[in-house]
Amino acid sequence: MALPNKPKGEINATATPEIVEITTDVLIVGGGMAACGTAFEIRKWSNEADLKVTLADKASMERSGAVAQGLSAINTYIGENIIENYVKMVRNDLMGVVREDLIYDLGRHVDESVKLFEEWGLPIWKKDADGETLDGAKPAPSLREGGTPVRTGKWQIMINGESYKCIVAEPAKTALGEENCLERIFIVKMLLDKNKDNQVAGAVGFSTRENKVYVFTCKTAMVACGGAVNIFRPRSTGEGKGRAWYPVWNAGSTYTMCAQIGATLTMMENRFTPARFKDGYGPVGAWFLLFKAKVQNGLGEFYANSDAVKDELGKFMPYGASPVTPTCLRNHLMINELKEGRGPIYMATDVALNAFLEERRDAGMDEKAVKKFWKHLESEAWEDFLDMSVGQAGLWAGMDIEPEKVGSEIMPTEPYMLGSHSGCCGIWTSGPDEAWVPDVANESRAHKYKWGYNRMTTVDGLFTAGDGVGASGHKFSSGSHAEGRICAKQMVKFCRDNADFTPEIAQSAQELADEVYAPVRLYIEHVGKSTAADVNPNYCKPAGIMMRLMKATDEYGGGVATYYMTSGKLLSICLDLLRLLREDAAKMAAGDLHELLRVWENYHRIWCVESHIRHIEFRKESRYPGFYYRSDFPTVDDENWKCFVNSTYDPKTEEWLCEKVECINLVETEPWV
Amino acid sequence: MPSYVDPEKCDGCKGGDKTACMYICPNDLMVLNKEEMKAYNQEPDACWECYSCVKICPQGAIAVRGYDDFVPMGGQVHPMRSADSIMWTVKFRNGSMKRFKFPVRTTAEGAANAYVGEKGANLDDENLLLEADLPIPTMVA
Repeated sequence: MALPNKPKGEINATATPEIVEITTDVLIVGGGMAACGTAFEIRKWSNEADLKVTLADKASMERSGAVAQGLSAINTYIGENIIENYVKMVRNDLMGVVREDLIYDLGRHVDESVKLFEEWGLPIWKKDADGETLDGAKPAPSLREGGTPVRTGKWQIMINGESYKCIVAEPAKTALGEENCLERIFIVKMLLDKNKDNQVAGAVGFSTRENKVYVFTCKTAMVACGGAVNIFRPRSTGEGKGRAWYPVWNAGSTYTMCAQIGATLTMMENRFTPARFKDGYGPVGAWFLLFKAKVQNGLGEFYANSDAVKDELGKFMPYGASPVTPTCLRNHLMINELKEGRGPIYMATDVALNAFLEERRDAGMDEKAVKKFWKHLESEAWEDFLDMSVGQAGLWAGMDIEPEKVGSEIMPTEPYMLGSHSGCCGIWTSGPDEAWVPDVANESRAHKYKWGYNRMTTVDGLFTAGDGVGASGHKFSSGSHAEGRICAKQMVKFCRDNADFTPEIAQSAQELADEVYAPVRLYIEHVGKSTAADVNPNYCKPAGIMMRLMKATDEYGGGVATYYMTSGKLLSICLDLLRLLREDAAKMAAGDLHELLRVWENYHRIWCVESHIRHIEFRKESRYPGFYYRSDFPTVDDENWKCFVNSTYDPKTEEWLCEKVECINLVETEPWV
Repeated sequence: MPSYVDPEKCDGCKGGDKTACMYICPNDLMVLNKEEMKAYNQEPDACWECYSCVKICPQGAIAVRGYDDFVPMGGQVHPMRSADSIMWTVKFRNGSMKRFKFPVRTTAEGAANAYVGEKGANLDDENLLLEADLPIPTMVA
């Protein structure tokens, strides 16, 4: 009899996994840009004999994290600019509520990471003496030697970045030693110390290749597992839900695992709903900045420069006055067009590309040379997708789209949570222990800007970087790497300062293994009670739970279904649904190791989203019009809400505390940008 | 745009302990059926189409078919990646083709300098390796 009810995948899970216990001084959780930065830097401040460092990545470092596919640009390179202006740009883009100390600090370290990338082999485009563009393999002075990168915007530089992550992972692995980089280990919980209050002492996870649970004991840990994806119902709900804008494997693990042991979160109300090429979610940055393309509404109007738009932006001062309109407000303008029935919105790629050719012709270039120039331009346009979003190129191929002949539709995506780009949710961390960082007189770290170790969370010994650090967006790939490097040095310092600390995990290894493998046991216990693999009265499957989560957030939490609109009433329903979901999540079952991975990712998603909804509910205004709106508090209310919202979960009482926290400007506010 | 495996070409990496696609997939999608010695994508609707498996497959057995909920059939984008460059072939639904070649790396694989043995100077300041004289904000509020 061949009934369908059998475990999926190829590696069946067993009820009694082997337990592997590893004691290390430093644990790096994650393998993306930030983690690679930490891995590279940490040995510059420590010796293997004195400090054991272990990295656990749920994938393979060569292609893990947000840069797995590659990138066509590095979006943060300060270069000739002033760091204070970088702070001003980030501050304005994120509607004023940011940690300027963290942003400034990132700005002073980020270029060194970029110079290292180039030295390691990343091809970076350059300008030659005539101002023409050279790809990154052509001979030209390096950035360190004073070479001129190809700027698109003020802060971005172009690269040939297909192998970006492979190049960055290589020295990270070399520095740490292959034997200390554990791949395909998914860490699912951080653990507190048994004896010392509010101190991290380890982590537990499992292998997605063998039936093994890993229990780590450590003095300090850095958690950098990216942001959160597939938390709101995506616009494509079939096969295309894999084509998320941000990497689909980012499950909110960073925020959830840190929050669960008491790390204060900040700005979890923030989200990012990027406007991207419809369905393929290809990048628009190069089109706007490099190719100077403009957006057209369905009437063919280039609406972004209209008087009506200027009036609309005037409602959001000082943010709306910037020559570069904040990302959320650009979305807001686009959504207004769509709601008024003036869609679809098109990126006029044809107009932009042909303008370049006309410009050359007007300058006297003959047709043969124009043709050669076009080949170059066409190649640059396609590389933008092929480097980082091949699916968009695939969509153009399937639709027979040639960008010089026809524009392409763009649209705001479903919401994502992250601590970079134009997003700034994350964990509240200490800034540098230097005099210029504000010293806030308050007992609680949730209100302070520094407490000894740069990028340490409010939990002793627990650090984060990249998408993990809240209230400081626009770090992108390079800034995340730099932030990882910052953490490395601080963790070595933490170990030196706490040399007599011996971590001890409160739970036994067996108790932890039982918890991690509970979904497997549930599966084995009940699998025989139905002939269908996914329909069983005693358990649910992670795929179904994820759809249930995304339906609840989409309909009540301000997803695409309502043009990002929600309200106190809707949020309260959403929180009720999430409570039920969290209870039922304990009934997720896994028949194989891949499904067990999905179970734990969904635990992480649910917690992360719950904090998101809780924060939006707490903040009685609409801070990010275009990312989300509250119909009951529809405006930006600087008078009452130009402050952080921080929340802390108490692992002992299992209660949440949400509070307002003062937002201090470090960089001059006149002029604002 | 999920990846799929051509059974004629896939040899299961000859049953080695590291099946290339399974090793590289960032989302744990590629698995090896040991009975058939063929790999497959076990969760196509979780595929980011990052092409990591396509690029790494030693047999050239993996390709991508556009997401069936929005990509019309017939087009295909396929890479050939070497140590220093990548060649992309874009085949359109209408049959026309474009080819693009881009550099991917300017150093030999394995040659990235990890600065092994180099040490920073002072653990108690904020300078990282190769950095000195970090600025502090001057245009202050």
